[in-house]
Amino acid sequence: MRRGRARSFAPRYPSWLAAPLLGYYLLLFVAPLAILVAFALAKQGDSFAGSQIIYGFYTDAISQVFDSLYVNVFRQTFLMAAGGTLATVAVGFPLAYWMARHVSPKRKGLVLLLVIIPFWTSFLIRTFAWKLILDGDGSFAGALHLNILYTWKAVLIGLVYGYLPLFVLPAYAALERMDWSLVDGALDLGATPWQAFKDITLPLTRPGLLSGTLLVFIPMAGEYVIPEMLGGGRFLFVGNVIQGQFIGADNWPFGSAVSLGLMVLLSLFVILYLISAMREEQFGA
Amino acid sequence: MHSAQTRRRLLSGWGVLVLLFLYLPIAVVIVYAFNSSRDVSTWKGFSLHWFSAAFRSDRYVAALELSLKIAALNALFATLLGTAAALALGRSRSKWKVPFSALVFLTLVVPEIVIAVASRVFFVQAHDNVGLFPALGWKTILLAHVVWSSAVVVLIVRARFTGMGSALEEASFDLGAGPLSTFRQVTLPRLAPAIVAGALLAFTMSFDDYVLSVFTASGTSETWPMAVFNDVRFGVTPAVNAISTIMFAVVAAGVATAMWIMNRRGDTADGLA
Repeated sequence: MRRGRARSFAPRYPSWLAAPLLGYYLLLFVAPLAILVAFALAKQGDSFAGSQIIYGFYTDAISQVFDSLYVNVFRQTFLMAAGGTLATVAVGFPLAYWMARHVSPKRKGLVLLLVIIPFWTSFLIRTFAWKLILDGDGSFAGALHLNILYTWKAVLIGLVYGYLPLFVLPAYAALERMDWSLVDGALDLGATPWQAFKDITLPLTRPGLLSGTLLVFIPMAGEYVIPEMLGGGRFLFVGNVIQGQFIGADNWPFGSAVSLGLMVLLSLFVILYLISAMREEQFGA
Repeated sequence: MHSAQTRRRLLSGWGVLVLLFLYLPIAVVIVYAFNSSRDVSTWKGFSLHWFSAAFRSDRYVAALELSLKIAALNALFATLLGTAAALALGRSRSKWKVPFSALVFLTLVVPEIVIAVASRVFFVQAHDNVGLFPALGWKTILLAHVVWSSAVVVLIVRARFTGMGSALEEASFDLGAGPLSTFRQVTLPRLAPAIVAGALLAFTMSFDDYVLSVFTASGTSETWPMAVFNDVRFGVTPAVNAISTIMFAVVAAGVATAMWIMNRRGDTADGLA
């Protein structure tokens, strides 16, 4: 390293530092996904040994995904994920707005931590606790004569509960960064609170809200623990079908095909999001 | 002004309600950890019995130890791999930057269950065909966890690295320090909070993970979430509630301590200003 170089010099760390992680991803992420594709195109052998696989270019597994039975599971999953996302936004946005706008700066840190702490405690236990709460024979729901365990309502509550922080945190960050003097100015100039919200707050925070929505929607669509626990196996998600093929029925080619279907459908949503994010950037918000 | 006040009250009320919603299940778990009955859904009186029962269970203790081991190793490997990659990517102008960042993004966007089954298929095939690969067990769980959590480390560390600018590194180079001593004395101390945050998140993701683990494990390697899932399905597990209560207490105490330290630092900073 010589001294006295030009000011435009920006020190950089060598690119090879990324090589170990790249190698790791190629071996343990890209290769497994490639094998999944190979499996979706393979055929299950008819032997009693069960998991004998005949590689090739068969479309049996993939065409089975389009069976009306499984198309229905896909539709049910995406409807539930969409409903769960909407409900999460409806519950979480006012919370994030309250935190950003009305909680005193001194208490903001505390409220933020209160939102994060449940996230650090076991997801399974918290979901299981909902089973106790919603159990019609238990002390809570029983006292209220509420009987929704093992229905879509219980699954919806579990989804909203599990993913709420994932939406609230980016939404709060976007609202916190916003320049609120714009809203105050609009109100001074005679705008109604609703107009100010619709024309200033919402457009300025949209990127954060959109990424929060996607952050919630994708894992919800791939969920399998919540429907298993709170749906009691009577309310299937795509994840439960996949699980059943790998641990249980053991039809790996079909399980692989369903997994790929889920991935393809979700990547459509990611692409839509990326397009809208890029458009947002072009407008130079 | 009157309606602004009403709106504010409504929002505050909603905020408090949602916070209660977030803590209701945790409260239920804690209450039932002290329930003397074996039946988890009805209250029969106060007891500490399940706390001692939990730690007398060899199965639970073994599962906890296995989860701690995997989570610690995962945090170590994910932090090393992720931080190195974040340093390389942060200020890179290479044409590989965009595809590599896309790959990192992809590991987080692909649903966990898809990564889980892909890993299972891969590990079984790799072990059958290449003897070098471990059979399904705790090692394959660890290998799968690192894929997923290293991406989170990359994102957190890179955000901090690009956000902090390069002026101090430039100064360090101008003053004649080499890349290694610049890294050790300038970059690393400033990145430390992000690296610690990334490592903590990697640890938590691994420790709490069920889906990746259950697909990459064999029957003999049971992590804590796997033990929990296997048992809560039959609903007779007050000992699980007891262990969860202790974990919640540890997390809450850790967070409270961290906040207390940060508050004190904030106070001194205010005092100086």
